[in-house]
Amino acid sequence: MSARVGVVLFPGSNCEHDVVEAVEALGGEAEILWHRDRSLHGVDAVVIPGGFAYGDYLRPGAIARFSPVMSAVRDFADQGGPVVGICNGFQVLTEAGLLPGALQKNRGLKFLCCMVELRVETTKSVLTSAAEAGAVLRVPINHFEGNYTCSAETLAELRAEDRIVLRYVDNPNGSIDDIAGICSAGRNVVGLMPHPERASHDLLGSTDGVPLLRSLLDAAVEGMQSP
Amino acid sequence: MLFSVQVEVRLREGIADPQGATIERALPTLGFPGVRDVRVGKSIRFTIESADEATARAEVEDMCRRFLTNPVIEESSVTLEPVEATTR
Repeated sequence: MSARVGVVLFPGSNCEHDVVEAVEALGGEAEILWHRDRSLHGVDAVVIPGGFAYGDYLRPGAIARFSPVMSAVRDFADQGGPVVGICNGFQVLTEAGLLPGALQKNRGLKFLCCMVELRVETTKSVLTSAAEAGAVLRVPINHFEGNYTCSAETLAELRAEDRIVLRYVDNPNGSIDDIAGICSAGRNVVGLMPHPERASHDLLGSTDGVPLLRSLLDAAVEGMQSP
Repeated sequence: MLFSVQVEVRLREGIADPQGATIERALPTLGFPGVRDVRVGKSIRFTIESADEATARAEVEDMCRRFLTNPVIEESSVTLEPVEATTR
């Protein structure tokens, strides 16, 4: 039996099918989870995909956190279930308080849509366990509010606890400490601005997202085996 | 009592404000070379029914902290006025 990954669909999400496709290409099963569902249908991992959930009204991610499905995602995360937020999904996770900090508008005033290089800073997370520490991955970004910021105390905590998962090699958006992705204290919730699902096939110009998605599938399988 | 509320949401000092920066760069071309420190915020208006002004203010400030602003990057100020019975 392969691991089942639930991909949350909010009104305004637009990367859910890309994630489903990438997960299936790696041999996993994927299922779209509707935002009004209170249940995660027993999936083994959850991805909150990119897009503009609820039109980014008020702030990106601000409304999505009230969706019924998010209570289920929170419970799942509290129990150690693997949860990954990509791009808008990262914004949703910070607004929901599942990850610290916030994503502000890019330094340099521009919406950015380009390939960037990421350095794997730790393999101790559900998104990087199958990657190599120090490896540089080519993965695209596509965002306006991707400039990660947090208080000095939070940054010190993230560093001390080895929770900065990915850093930009050449910081494109002004993120503090070149942060591209972070994880929760339990290491099972990860948020990142780059899109690994868009670097999952030769046709897309990079397959460097594969080790990241593979890590998530591994974490999902592990979750199936533990009671 | 009914209160009319205006919440002004601003980006905190030091938080990037691309809209403000873009407006600031545009104004000199209209003949306003002296404009500095442009910051764009938002204004949220509503009415609230509460027992008294202190309760209304406490409720609105709670809303600001938990939803209307993201305290990591934004701050807010609240203006609150009783709505006269005759205008209801």
